[in-house]
Amino acid sequence: MPLNITTDKKYIISSIIIFVFIVMLTKLFMLQIVEQSYKLSASNNVLRYIPQYPARGLIYDRNGDLIVCNQAAYDLMVIKNEVKAFDTTEFASILGINIDQIRASFSQIKRIKGYSPYKPSVFLKQISSKTYAVLQEKLYKFPGFDVQPRTLRTYPNKIAGHLFGYVGEVDEDMIAKNPYYQLGDYIGINGLEKSYEKEIRGKKGVKIFMVDVRSRIKGSYENGLYDTVAVVGQDITCTIDAKLQGYGEKLMANKIGSIVAIEPKTGEVLAMISSPTYDPELLVGRERTANYRTLQSDTLKPIFNRALMALYPPGSTFKIVNGLIGLQEGTVYPTTRYGCAGGYPIGRGVGCHIHPSPLSFTQAIQMSCNTYFCYVFRGIVDKPIFGSVENGFSVWKKHVESFGFGNRLNIDLPNELRGLVPSVSFYDRYFRKGGWNSLTIISLSIGQGELGTSPLQMANLSSIIANRGYYYSPHVVKEIKGKDGIDPKFTTKHITTIDSTWFNYVVEGMDMAVNGGAGGTALNAALPKIRICGKTGTAQNPHGADHSVFIAFAPKENPKIAIAVYIENAGFGGTWASPIASLMIEKYLADSISRPDLEKYIKDAVLLDRHARKK
Amino acid sequence: MQERNSTLGGLDWPTIFIYLALVFMGWMNIYAAVYSDEHNSILDFTQRYGMQLIWIILAFALALVILLIDRRVYFVFAYFFYGLALLLLISALFFGRVVNGAHSWLQIGSAGIQPAEFAKFATILALAKLVGVYNFKILQPSSILKISIIILLPAFIIILQNDTGSAMVYGALILVLYREGIPNWFMLFLVFMVFIFILVIIASNALILILLFCSTILLFAIYGDKQKEVISYALSTAIFGLVLYFTLNYLGYKISSTYIILTSMIIGIPIALVYAFFRRIRLIYFLTLFLVITTVFALSVDYGYHRILPIHQQKRINDLLGIEADPQGWGYNVNQSKIAIGSGGFWGKGFLGGTQTKFNFVPEQSTDFIFCTVGEEWGFVGSTVVLSLFVILLLRLIMIAERQREAFAKVYGYGVASIIFFHVAVNVGMTIGLFPVIGIPLPFFSYGGSSLWAFTILLFIFIKLDSSR
Ligand SMILES: [Zn+2]
Repeated sequence: MPLNITTDKKYIISSIIIFVFIVMLTKLFMLQIVEQSYKLSASNNVLRYIPQYPARGLIYDRNGDLIVCNQAAYDLMVIKNEVKAFDTTEFASILGINIDQIRASFSQIKRIKGYSPYKPSVFLKQISSKTYAVLQEKLYKFPGFDVQPRTLRTYPNKIAGHLFGYVGEVDEDMIAKNPYYQLGDYIGINGLEKSYEKEIRGKKGVKIFMVDVRSRIKGSYENGLYDTVAVVGQDITCTIDAKLQGYGEKLMANKIGSIVAIEPKTGEVLAMISSPTYDPELLVGRERTANYRTLQSDTLKPIFNRALMALYPPGSTFKIVNGLIGLQEGTVYPTTRYGCAGGYPIGRGVGCHIHPSPLSFTQAIQMSCNTYFCYVFRGIVDKPIFGSVENGFSVWKKHVESFGFGNRLNIDLPNELRGLVPSVSFYDRYFRKGGWNSLTIISLSIGQGELGTSPLQMANLSSIIANRGYYYSPHVVKEIKGKDGIDPKFTTKHITTIDSTWFNYVVEGMDMAVNGGAGGTALNAALPKIRICGKTGTAQNPHGADHSVFIAFAPKENPKIAIAVYIENAGFGGTWASPIASLMIEKYLADSISRPDLEKYIKDAVLLDRHARKK
Repeated sequence: MQERNSTLGGLDWPTIFIYLALVFMGWMNIYAAVYSDEHNSILDFTQRYGMQLIWIILAFALALVILLIDRRVYFVFAYFFYGLALLLLISALFFGRVVNGAHSWLQIGSAGIQPAEFAKFATILALAKLVGVYNFKILQPSSILKISIIILLPAFIIILQNDTGSAMVYGALILVLYREGIPNWFMLFLVFMVFIFILVIIASNALILILLFCSTILLFAIYGDKQKEVISYALSTAIFGLVLYFTLNYLGYKISSTYIILTSMIIGIPIALVYAFFRRIRLIYFLTLFLVITTVFALSVDYGYHRILPIHQQKRINDLLGIEADPQGWGYNVNQSKIAIGSGGFWGKGFLGGTQTKFNFVPEQSTDFIFCTVGEEWGFVGSTVVLSLFVILLLRLIMIAERQREAFAKVYGYGVASIIFFHVAVNVGMTIGLFPVIGIPLPFFSYGGSSLWAFTILLFIFIKLDSSR
């Protein structure tokens, strides 16, 4: 039977229905199976990832005293779309801000990357727990606002700002470099907080919530199956002795300079003072940026960590190094005597102060004779067997570098400087090739000229002498909770190129300088019960009065502390640096001060005039 | 054929089962769409799923009443029902409560009904009665006039109520008329017009005019058997247009290419007509008429769309055609709807597992956008099942309509199928981004008494008519 018009139409209508059905199924197939982006959009709609911030690890001093801890703070969050008209005057007065600031904050959050009126944005950072207590009672009056707990640092002793560094919020650059960080995270920006960031920061957690179209939380996602708990940061015990550190900071009040004290047997830094210092509390929380700016504009540069970053000439303390190299190279003997009539007579000459003459090696160190060490230095560089001044100088440089000069000691703190030890090519450029000899560079013999050393390197020198020939890289962390031992680079012995027997003559000289009576340069450092060995220095400074330098260690046998003290523009090392070192040593070893008058005199001294002592 | 004895005998049970399945699934999905932990009892009558259960039970009662009434009532009182529906529509227009900007609700006590929903079955009854008369000639001018009045009158009042979406439903009845005698070429012409309509929105006028001209020429080439003349005519018109264009350009007149093409056509048409007159080719007259009508249509759609249609409706259509997008603004509904359905994947997130619908990201998730819950919680599989049920129902209705001996029942059956088809296609089409957002419910699924009852009445009158054929 042929299809007539009527049956035809029945099938056409049915076909139209089936055709539309197939079109819809195809579209559904595209939406539900082919296209994946809708699943992501759905998660973005409904899932809210709330980071769980861990508290940073605590920091203890070497005696177990808590020196860096946490305080609760709260970030005030706002979901713009949920905010209803509220009493801005009351709100501002609770928060202790003015009304304009509220308006400013509202316009500011819109500029934050990833801002959404449906999601919480930080409205006001780091509200103190005191403010929070008041706010909490009245939060119901301000719909759309909520708080997120954070932790901030607090420093019970208010010491060692340079050492700890500070914590701040990550910026775009840091986020780009390290995907762990997200907007709003905290990160150690300087000091120990920076170098041990990974250990201290802990591990962020996340809570995943489901929210409805108005961002109201409707419950946890999959019953918290994908939530992670925040892991508190690891506690750190540092090598610092809080009492010694605090004492040093008091002694250095109104003085510019640095003290570094090291335990020679381990390389542990006992105290690291850079003066003027600042209260670490200033760099916490909302006022950090403003305070940082103020500190930065201070002409005395309190932010600058002189212990690691200031380079001074070592001055006469460097005679020890030259002496040791001479002994090692056999160009001077313990018994060698040189006469001194007010200076080294050859070339441009080097002046000397008045002292008995001639002097032996030990006496030359005790009385810090310039002439003696000019002979010693030239003896090394011009030693015939080396063939040329360049070769001789290179040998000298190699010895010097084995003391840790001219290179980073790799302390576990950021921003350590290498220091400066000149090289042959440096002099070839400075003069010309073949245009210099041992006389041209004679200043090196007394630690002046093209030498730059940090207080840390000088303390390390002191440590080397105390150990009679070796050192461990200075470090500030003794123990990380939950971790076995510290970085092996801090337990690796660095042995100098000088045989340990030669050190005994230097130690004798340093002993005599303090305890040897007439002619000693640091007699005011002597203590009745503790035998301190020390060496003064006076670092010439083209910009102002000489810097006062002193390195020392004690006790003479089995030393427990090695120290370097730099006081800028304070003149002769024996005047200011040596009594300060002596007080530090006494404080550390005896825990009491037998010379309160001296202590008071030092504490009260104001040495901030850079030119007062210029001769 | 003998008359059935029992009043409820001879019911088409497959249709009833599909109806029950759809109603039940609708209810479950409404439950899922508005589910919250505070109100989790499925019998909570403060919630929509609780209310829907009441509507469902009442709908069943209504169905039973319809089945018990003598079938002749529907034929005899067809115009009465129609008049009543018009009366209700007019009263809603004047006394109605405004919901979503439309005067579409009549308040009766604490409950409200939407006359527009009930006007559908009344209109179909009236149409069936008119067309079902023995020896009715659908193509006579008087018939066309009567049919137009019956269909357009309720549609017009509904448009006045500001509910254009519901009014468009009456357009679906073209399928009934097609079945009853509208020729194929007219339907093809309508399809072509729809195609032109879409093209006007996405393409430039000049392009459409060229296209219309070319299709006319092509039609002549196919049916007219005068290829040589066609080619030379087309070429000379094109060359004339190009020469005109470049001349004007050279003289420095910046004239829109639309006008150039129009000019070419206006000069070209009389030539073709003169040719037709002398060669006595009637096809040319028809094709000229075709060209003129489509051109006028295209230009008026262009004008109407860009000048008259409200911006928000323009945007909806633009979004659909991919011309512009604003997922946070006017495109929000469709975008969220697509996210909900798209995130369902193959198997769906499971019953009550949907987040987008439950947490209100999808607007109107229990009424017009109920299909989002199906898509999100039951995935591609569930969507296919629901759509298949609808398709089976529609094909079954056509099958039942075809077995009717009385034209009245048959026309009514096609009416029922057309209305349900239109609702399903437009409603699901809008949730998946195939059709502009038009607020009409998914039959048997969407929340709401009026809609459920109206579709129940619509369907069960037909089941009744069929049961005693
Ligand atoms: Zn001398």
